[in-house]
Amino acid sequence: MLLKMEHLSKVYPGKKEVLSDFNLDVNKGEFICLIGTSGSGKTTVMRMINRMLNQTEGSILINDEDISKMDPVKLRRKIGYVIQNVGLMPHMTIRENITLVPKLLKWSEDKRNERAKEMLKLVEMPEEMLDRYPSELSGGQQQRIGVVRALAADQDIILMDEPFGALDPITRDSLQTLVKDLQVRLNKTFIFVTHDMDEALRLATRIVIMSHGKQVQTDSPDNILRHPANEFVKELIGKDRLIQARPSITTVGQIMLKDPVAITPGKSLIQAIQLMHDRRVDSLLVTDDAGILKGRIDVESVDYSFNTATSVGDIMDTDVFTVDSDSLIRDTVGRILKRGFKNIPVVDDNHKLVGIVTRAALVDIVYDALYGEAHAEQNHPSTGTSDSKKVGDDE
Amino acid sequence: MMAFFQQYGGQLLLKIWQHIYISGISLALGAIVAVPLGILLTRLKKGAGIIIGFASVLQTVPAMALLALMIPVFGIGIKPAIVALFIYSLLPILRNTYLGMMNVNDTIKDAAKGMGMTNFQSMMKVELPMAAPVIMSGIRLSATYVIAWAALASYIGAGGLGDFIFNGLNLYQSDLIFGGSIPVIMLALITDYLLGRVEALVTPRTESE
Repeated sequence: MLLKMEHLSKVYPGKKEVLSDFNLDVNKGEFICLIGTSGSGKTTVMRMINRMLNQTEGSILINDEDISKMDPVKLRRKIGYVIQNVGLMPHMTIRENITLVPKLLKWSEDKRNERAKEMLKLVEMPEEMLDRYPSELSGGQQQRIGVVRALAADQDIILMDEPFGALDPITRDSLQTLVKDLQVRLNKTFIFVTHDMDEALRLATRIVIMSHGKQVQTDSPDNILRHPANEFVKELIGKDRLIQARPSITTVGQIMLKDPVAITPGKSLIQAIQLMHDRRVDSLLVTDDAGILKGRIDVESVDYSFNTATSVGDIMDTDVFTVDSDSLIRDTVGRILKRGFKNIPVVDDNHKLVGIVTRAALVDIVYDALYGEAHAEQNHPSTGTSDSKKVGDDE
Repeated sequence: MMAFFQQYGGQLLLKIWQHIYISGISLALGAIVAVPLGILLTRLKKGAGIIIGFASVLQTVPAMALLALMIPVFGIGIKPAIVALFIYSLLPILRNTYLGMMNVNDTIKDAAKGMGMTNFQSMMKVELPMAAPVIMSGIRLSATYVIAWAALASYIGAGGLGDFIFNGLNLYQSDLIFGGSIPVIMLALITDYLLGRVEALVTPRTESE
């Protein structure tokens, strides 16, 4: 257990409790989102972790060490800290900003310079930015620097307090992608405060929903969407978001067409072209007798090789992009659209062909998210099943 | 004009030097006391109002009265003048230091602390550099006051360009009044210009070109 918070509470003299009995265990590599309305205590919890606030009761352990017994200054140097308004030092260059904590830790200048370059590469910014000042960067670039500043001294835990709240939606999106990527790639642990449910659903491995200083629900994004603990959680997620977030809990298996047109490698090209003609398709998936996916052929390759090859196996393209039937649409839709395929074969764990996802099916998903509120409400909360039928009907 | 210089030239140089000496020392002492005091006030937030209030009260004592009040304590001459002017120089520097430090963006102070700067590091590396232009403008303001009021110091026997002005008044000789006032004005303007340059120098860079 990397981070253990037990029975945390915070009472300001003369006021009521702003946090009561907060418990959370965090494993290394987790992405925890604390979400709630203002005054819910989410920032209070986060700021206790680096002792910017001290709890009234309870304890916080990092690697089994009680942080209340640690020097707060040393503790903070081990924990990355990113705040909403960036908080870059305006009178320091980007290089100085990035290497601020390493400098406090008395790293040598060479090592610091090297780290600054490395960090800039991590966020895909050119090296000549190093000698610029924060005011010369765009808001999004500044927050990128804010993010890597929190990583520059190899901090294991990164605290973020609504870091993207002030950014425009497009910049926010690219920073969310960046942070998620960094978390996965570098195996860092994030504690992320937000009031944006979309952001939490997208980034978190676990979401802690808070209200008036109390933990309302702590669970994975999928479970929170499927089983909101109470009306407050439902409200926080929002009806619109529940619908928009629907693709995130729909699996590929639920929207795929279950009867893809397939052919075995032994068949001749004549038979292949006949099958295409009969089924009105321009490409075929190639499977062996057991239904294991081997490759694909399309009408162009048949036409091109008609005089030189005889069997389907000779000309099939074996490098086929597939998706798993259990994978979530949320995770695959982007890849499918980006690669520009017309359709993607769906396979099970044994690489057996079980279905196919067409772009038409994806259009339905997007359509439902944007316009299909009435339709979606009827099916809620058991999502997806009627969709796959509808896809079938359309075809 | 030429006659004035022939008659009073040597004396003028001496009086200018005395004037610079009195104001310079008062201002330097003021800065040495008020800047650290102002910084200290930002750390003990409760007493700040009282101390700045007290400095404001000192500021409202009429200059002539303050100079006269110095005589029983320090006698006459340069010493009481320097003390009086020092008291006058305190408030603008103190107030600007305090406000300059307090007005450093809370986000930045929070970031400095959150990243693991000690209180002293945050003060020296973040707050002070960012407050430097405001502090410097307080010193600049004080300098102008002190130079102007140093003319009154002649009244308690401290010398300086005030000697010309008071002699001129007593003897009803306008050339002496001008001969004293114009150098005071020029001294104030030049000092203001030079300290303005210093202010620009201590303003931290926030752009790369």
